[in-house]
Amino acid sequence: MIGVEHYIIVSAILFVLGVLGIFLNRKNIIVILMSIELILLSVNINMVAFSAFLGDLVGQVFAMFILTVAAAEAAIGLAILMIYFRGRGTIAVDDANQMKG
Amino acid sequence: MIQTIAFYLFAVLVIASAVMVITARNPVHSVLWLILAFFNAAGLMVLVGAEFIAMLLVIVYVGAVAVLFLFVVMMLDIDVAALRAGFIRNFPLGIVIALVLLAELVLGIGAYRTGAIELGTPMASDAPAMVGSNTGAIGALLYSKYLFLFEAAGIILLVAMIGAIVLTHRPPKSKRGQQDIGKQNRRNPDEATVMKQPTVGQGVEL
Repeated sequence: MIGVEHYIIVSAILFVLGVLGIFLNRKNIIVILMSIELILLSVNINMVAFSAFLGDLVGQVFAMFILTVAAAEAAIGLAILMIYFRGRGTIAVDDANQMKG
Repeated sequence: MIQTIAFYLFAVLVIASAVMVITARNPVHSVLWLILAFFNAAGLMVLVGAEFIAMLLVIVYVGAVAVLFLFVVMMLDIDVAALRAGFIRNFPLGIVIALVLLAELVLGIGAYRTGAIELGTPMASDAPAMVGSNTGAIGALLYSKYLFLFEAAGIILLVAMIGAIVLTHRPPKSKRGQQDIGKQNRRNPDEATVMKQPTVGQGVEL
């Protein structure tokens, strides 16, 4: 029988894949944003799995808020990406050091 | 039995498509694999009876976020080869960090399975019983106890929308199509038109 551990393991693997995606595609900010989406998806799976197995609906409500924040983050991130590309003609972000941060 | 088969199918597919998202050469392919990952995650959520969140995932992620990604990827002229340059160089460090992170997470789950950690219990008083439709129960919870958070989510979306418009909007460079009312009012017939009396058979010299 499928228990909550199976879901947590799937979501842990998905989370680690998202982190690995950020490391592997250091230049390509589009894939970095997609990796962040993967991380948020894994968090959502975790929330929904715990909500279902504990019989508490609050987890699903909070999964909805995570979904909202993920959508807003994608929109803002892609808008910043657009103006970055407009100014530099490339989306390679590893040489974005104008602010010396 | 069928539930177990479906779980493993969805789980394997979501992980495989996540691997393809981070390793695909072409960002367009990455977006398409991401869509597959979202669909399979929605399947996983349907399996535990969270059909509202699953449908929301399909609508919001596949219908809006992935399409937004697809638009941006296709709108920008990206040199794919240059962006892949550091992939092999970053690979060993990334794998090491990922394996350490995964080991830690699995260790946590193992610690839970040995019974050392209590999973927690739902709050008995205000946790609504999961009877009836999932959507109705979520709606009853969302519009009563979490109404304020729900409106805050709406504000977040509004701010994100306005922010995206403000960031990407640029005033048009050309004057074409823009009305200059002062110039229009200064115009008088004497300097705008000339009277001509063309002779028959000859054109008009302007």
